[in-house]
Amino acid sequence: MMLLPILAARVTHMIFKRFPASGLRDNVLLPLAGFAGILALWWLIASFRSEIMPTPWEALSANLDFILHPFYRRGPGNLGIGWLLLASIRRVLLGFVLGALVAVPVGFLIGLSRPAMLALNPVIQIFKPVSPLAWLPIALAIFNLADPSAIFVIFITSLWSTIINTALGVSSVPQDYVDVSRVLEMPRWRQLTKIILPASLPYIFAGLRISLGVAWLVIVAVEMLTGGIGIGFFVWDEWSRLNLSSVFLAVFVIGVTGLILDWLLCKLQELVTHRPART
Amino acid sequence: MMNFSTRFKPISDRGSSMITPVLEIENLIKTFPSPKGKNTVVLDQINLTLAAAEFIAIVGHSGCGKSTLLRIVAGLEPVTHGTLRLEGKPISKPGADRMMIFQQYSLLPWLTVRQNVRLAVDEVFKQLPLREKSEIVDEHLQMVNLTAAAEKYPDQLSGGMKQRVGIARALAVRPKMLLMDEPFGALDALTRGKLQQQVLQIWESQRQAVIMITHDIDEAIYMSDRIILMTNGPAATIGEILEVPFPHPRDRDHIREEPAYQQIHAQALDFLYHRFDRDD
Repeated sequence: MMLLPILAARVTHMIFKRFPASGLRDNVLLPLAGFAGILALWWLIASFRSEIMPTPWEALSANLDFILHPFYRRGPGNLGIGWLLLASIRRVLLGFVLGALVAVPVGFLIGLSRPAMLALNPVIQIFKPVSPLAWLPIALAIFNLADPSAIFVIFITSLWSTIINTALGVSSVPQDYVDVSRVLEMPRWRQLTKIILPASLPYIFAGLRISLGVAWLVIVAVEMLTGGIGIGFFVWDEWSRLNLSSVFLAVFVIGVTGLILDWLLCKLQELVTHRPART
Repeated sequence: MMNFSTRFKPISDRGSSMITPVLEIENLIKTFPSPKGKNTVVLDQINLTLAAAEFIAIVGHSGCGKSTLLRIVAGLEPVTHGTLRLEGKPISKPGADRMMIFQQYSLLPWLTVRQNVRLAVDEVFKQLPLREKSEIVDEHLQMVNLTAAAEKYPDQLSGGMKQRVGIARALAVRPKMLLMDEPFGALDALTRGKLQQQVLQIWESQRQAVIMITHDIDEAIYMSDRIILMTNGPAATIGEILEVPFPHPRDRDHIREEPAYQQIHAQALDFLYHRFDRDD
């Protein structure tokens, strides 16, 4: 009888040695508990009101085909969820990169020049609160095509946070860094590329991450309106066919993809700035 | 005790006439615009001459404008009146011939230790071949014992190590003058003592003109050849200049036992706490 507690203690000790006590609990058990709670709630609602939604188990078995074969092609428009996701990601990345290419230089200009700030700030303040979807009709009028219009809306979406954060970063470069560049007699252009740009990169990336996050939110809504191939239209299409199980799958996939996109941008930031990104 | 008027002589009259001065400051006045429209005089009638291999310390209470004086010499602040000359030529803008060592280190956090020093070397010695630039960087990292930490980023270093990078960066461009703005002010007492010794040893091995701002009387006596005591602001000026007679290389424990050490210490204390006391 004495042996058992000793053995148990030794085993726990070994486990804790492998995973530090807080690491296992904080990184695995508590997050799992959160997911378990949500699943339980879903299960509870679905069991009592089965006409509203399927249970997690029913949803899983109904989606098995989507999950096991994400990249099937069964005729035009009948594509696996992986293809739909890739189509949405392509639109988001295209719009986002175009947006960043415009927003970072504009933010730089605003951060460096007071006249530019006074001229552009009111415009940005007016456009920023507008739902990006309001731009969709304008985009459709210009392009007459769904795909470029969706990309244009993402482009608009990506501008504001990146412009504002870049301007903030550029205007708040510590005076000490600027003093270093002045003592070293750096020409203006090198001061911009060697000091101001790297010093404001954490702010620029903070802006980019907000922009990409909002862009991923917006693409689902845009695709619901424009149709075509994409995860957003998939949600709407499955709902019209009363396939709620697939909508649950789509919600999960959209969430995980958003997380991965943010994580990738974080990694890019660490690669570029050599400093850990704030998450 | 000496009479005030005999001690308060314009410094240009003193010893430095036999050597060509590196820095000459004549009748410098610095004013800042104040919100009420009238200008606040920060520095009033500063006259100071610095010889080629001289180490001076400027001591004064907070707000006496000593950092402003250093920034003016660095060219980071414009003068209102008066002239500054570096080797006879007027100072009008910042330059790598007057390298600054900052209290908060001012290392660029996205560059490694080596890259921080290299950035300065690249800017100042644009024409040198790459290999020679690397050698200058390596040599100065070695000088401050940072060769092992060369690939680390500033975030990974202690305060003392960061300041050694700052020192290596400043020395690597081989300036005519070194300007140190409370270089040890942000360090703990143990690190401070050690770094003071290291910096003094480097200076003793390759002498050059140094202006160091400090609050610490012991630091000023240990390291410098002359101590400039500033009166309180606004309109601060040089109140008194104390010669530190100890020859270099100096040994801290040894000079502490000298009667002159106690005397200079007492004079500086008397100046700062009795004649120009401040409640802050």
